[in-house]
Amino acid sequence: MMALNIPKNKTPIAEQEPTVRNHNFKEVVLGYTLEEAITEANRCLQCPTHPCIAGCPVNIDIPGFILSLRKDDLSESIKILKSYNNLPAVCGRVCPQESQCEGKCTVGLMKDHEPVAIGKLERFVADWAASHEGVEEPPKKVEIEEKGKIAVIGAGPSGLTVAADLAKKGYKVKIFEALHEPGGVLIYGIPEFRLPKTIVKREINAIEELGVELEKDVVVGKTITVEEIREEFDAIYIGTGAGTPRFMNVPGTNLNGVYSASEFLTRINLMHAYEFPKYDTPIRIGKRVIVVGAGNVAMDASRSALRLGAEKSMIVYRRSEKEMPARIEEYHHAIEEGIEFHWLTNPVEYLGDENGNVKAVRCIKMKLGEPDASGRRRPVPIEGSEFTIEADMLIEAIGQTSNKVLLSAFPELKLNKRGYIEADLETGATSVEGVYAGGDIVTGAATVILAMGAGKKSAQAIDEYLSSKKKV
Amino acid sequence: MFEILEKKQIVPKEYDMWIKAPRVASHVRPGQFVVVRTNEKGERIPLTVADFDREGGKIRLIFQTVGKTTYEMAQMNAGDFLADVVGPLGTPSEVKKHGTVLMIGGGVGIAALFPVLRALKNLGNKVITILGGRTSDLVIMKDECAKYSDELIITTDDGSEGIKGVVTDGMKMLVERGERLDYAWAVGPTIMMKFAALTAKDLNIPIWVSLNPIMVDGTGMCGACRVTVNGSIKFACVDGPEFDGHGVSWGELMTRLKQYKDQEKISLEKYLTEVGEV
Repeated sequence: MMALNIPKNKTPIAEQEPTVRNHNFKEVVLGYTLEEAITEANRCLQCPTHPCIAGCPVNIDIPGFILSLRKDDLSESIKILKSYNNLPAVCGRVCPQESQCEGKCTVGLMKDHEPVAIGKLERFVADWAASHEGVEEPPKKVEIEEKGKIAVIGAGPSGLTVAADLAKKGYKVKIFEALHEPGGVLIYGIPEFRLPKTIVKREINAIEELGVELEKDVVVGKTITVEEIREEFDAIYIGTGAGTPRFMNVPGTNLNGVYSASEFLTRINLMHAYEFPKYDTPIRIGKRVIVVGAGNVAMDASRSALRLGAEKSMIVYRRSEKEMPARIEEYHHAIEEGIEFHWLTNPVEYLGDENGNVKAVRCIKMKLGEPDASGRRRPVPIEGSEFTIEADMLIEAIGQTSNKVLLSAFPELKLNKRGYIEADLETGATSVEGVYAGGDIVTGAATVILAMGAGKKSAQAIDEYLSSKKKV
Repeated sequence: MFEILEKKQIVPKEYDMWIKAPRVASHVRPGQFVVVRTNEKGERIPLTVADFDREGGKIRLIFQTVGKTTYEMAQMNAGDFLADVVGPLGTPSEVKKHGTVLMIGGGVGIAALFPVLRALKNLGNKVITILGGRTSDLVIMKDECAKYSDELIITTDDGSEGIKGVVTDGMKMLVERGERLDYAWAVGPTIMMKFAALTAKDLNIPIWVSLNPIMVDGTGMCGACRVTVNGSIKFACVDGPEFDGHGVSWGELMTRLKQYKDQEKISLEKYLTEVGEV
């Protein structure tokens, strides 16, 4: 029985020491060496059922890339990855593998065994390819065959995926990006210590080399109208992201020092406020920081606050540890770095000083009641349990709603009850012919890989739509 | 990259620039703004569009040097490039037939008022304009505003031109003489807009004010620019920048504007040392 020889635990990976890394913005996880990667690759059973593939939103041939890695054929390994996923170095770092590929891994289902570290292996192969120029086949400059012109709105994970896939099929693709830099949430949302920006830029360059044109500083619906785009292009893909922060709307929301996580992280990541005054954009340096929420964004915000110089960085969450939506690795890293967690706690008011700065947060204790629509037990406030935590900075990371800038300029587009675009889950087709949508603007805030998966499906659907239209 | 086509100083600390931005120029409407970034390390700052030339593909920005970015812009010249100019952003002014409109401008806000004023005049409104400043020489765009105003009133703190006093003195004078005012706009320093709005309330005139909170993206993505209007939180970048002046929580806005005072000083001083202009 081969299975018996498999080490129970994942091959350990080098990381920056918690007490060092919580003072810098450099990447936390340092990655495998080739030897370590091969050791870990050898933990893969190459099982015939390969449930990992079904667990992946873009169905990467995971046993395939791992087998090539095992044989030390890294060129083949990256080729396999890239044929499914345009952004492997990104996904290896930010996918919630525990609920996808690794969650399904046969090794992980064996008693006392951890699954194969698929994410870390994906990252290893992608990083290896990037540091060995010329080894990876240069992206084939596909002949633009005048098959059609596609406009992609938003250069985030889903838009970049659609663009790359359609360019590979010979379409002329142009991406319109509202910000001054492409990448979407990969640039403005996910911090450097989790996803170095050089990696995002490298992956975007590779997509541009496919012949994709990218115009930044264009807010579709404002800088250019939807009608103008529809006239010029044969099909449109909308991947604008969820895009507008929600606030709890408790008293004191507009005190100085109260941020949405979107603003806090955008200042740090997109605008480099952590390098102020080398970069011009400022950020408040809180001493005692509270982050509301327990998703990945909340982890990113609390850990960023620590790196900026907070003495204490706390998370308050109205549910318990069990319901926490963050990626398990981020949670572990946060604990190691000294983030303090206050479970079953919800803010009810922010208290300010005489200068309009937040100085404390009034919270209430919660208990879990009956399951709600999400299947998780509904948090209920415990009467009379209010207490105060001192804080000079408060960051709300409680989620997003759909940004209306484009949607209000495109009234024909049908929205769902939650205000997101109504789109076919298999194709991304919207209520308007030739207009497709995917990612957070359809699903509400979700993951990078789900947005990419949506992009893949839409690229296929757009190709079919335009091919069939041509035949008529 | 966006080329600066013309640049001149109009009064001390205020500059007038035309910038090549064809997409913005062809879509901008009065009351809208752009977000500007000077270079790769720059901050994103909002500036209201003062004028536009759709055929020529250019927009006009008039700005006052207050912080690092505007000082840096003041150092730039025709032929130089701004890294980013994105827009037009925000909801355009409600330009329609109101009857008689009172247009109140102060400081560099006069530039933002101008396209609204012109559009209202072109639509057939009777336009009465009050421009205020510390002294006569600091009141900009007098001739341009006069061209599209049925009446132009100047107020100066020192009495060097027009009424000695502030814009609200001009407002009271108009009402006292029996002028019926259907709608008002006030664009200028926050404190001026606040008092114009309070006076308009006393005089029972509805008034739009153009708010200038701190912004980052300018497209509703971050909420930095939130203001309280009639008791609810609004994002100035998408819901505004113009709001019902009677409903604005002015104290909160002014406090929020001071949020980065210390860092803004550090940034500006660092820049001035670098360019050798201390």
